[in-house]
Amino acid sequence: MHELGVVFHIIDDVTAVGRENNLTGISSVTLQLGKVSTVIPEYLTDCWNWAVKKTDLLKEAELIIEPIEAISFCEDCKTSFDTIENGKTCPNCGSTHTFLQQGNEFMIKEISGS
Amino acid sequence: MDAVKVIEIKKSVYESNDREADRLREELRSKGIFLLNLMSSPGSGKTTTLKATINRMKYTHNIGVMEADIDSDVDAIAIAKETGVKSIQLHTGGMCHLDAGMTRQGLDELIDGKVDFAILENVGNLVCPAEFDTGATKNAMILSVPEGDDKPLKYPLMFSICDVVLINKIDVMPYFDFDLEKCKENIKLRNPQAKVIPICAKTGEGVDEFVKWLEEEIRINKG
Repeated sequence: MHELGVVFHIIDDVTAVGRENNLTGISSVTLQLGKVSTVIPEYLTDCWNWAVKKTDLLKEAELIIEPIEAISFCEDCKTSFDTIENGKTCPNCGSTHTFLQQGNEFMIKEISGS
Repeated sequence: MDAVKVIEIKKSVYESNDREADRLREELRSKGIFLLNLMSSPGSGKTTTLKATINRMKYTHNIGVMEADIDSDVDAIAIAKETGVKSIQLHTGGMCHLDAGMTRQGLDELIDGKVDFAILENVGNLVCPAEFDTGATKNAMILSVPEGDDKPLKYPLMFSICDVVLINKIDVMPYFDFDLEKCKENIKLRNPQAKVIPICAKTGEGVDEFVKWLEEEIRINKG
């Protein structure tokens, strides 16, 4: 829902890294995005393509998004399950004493440039 | 042409903002300034609650208010007119939340050496403001009765980061299927530490309890 705001944060962080490494152009930025991170990849890409045009270092930069599956863990029967399919309820024993193990990540993984 | 380099970063998108927020919070504490970040969905009564709260506290504290909105200055004008305290409007330029950097910019304008209790009225939204730490000393949110008692389940992150949840518009509870006890249970499920205070900003019911909570937190922040 706040894709534009996070795009500005990513551009700031990546620009700082690019400058530290004396890059003259960044060709791609790879993100790792959990499937329940509340960020929609398509919107993120749209905001990215608009915002990078206004920069020097990133104007040619492609955004690569690596999805991370959402997996929850049941504290009662000690099994893992797909969060998107089952929500908070364990499909194995029906318990709601569950927590998200992975899937809310939003990481800048790496950049490439020259 | 130089060879293409791959540089590993491996850091959360939110990390820079979290660090900036921690710096701001510490700076404010060292200056004896308390910053309250107030969040809610649009129309839950943030501005009315603030007016009622400020009018009870303005004689004992130097209060300043930052109103964050995508556009317009209606809230800043309403606060200034009806409470007399310093009030500025921040425009987010289309963004759905404030981050720590924007909060710092607002505080630079608001704090003129006198203000020791600053209030940030965040953009009306239950999703995005929860993702971005503003650097506030304490986070508060308002859930109003017409929104429903299931909101803590639907917007878990917002409820999990709040120190206090005000349940507003309790005067209209008889007209809505709102179960106060169920709502408190739903909040505890997400955030066992959160203090829950039922209020009616319009009539003033419960506002004194919120003021008492604020006074205690301000005292703790001053150390």
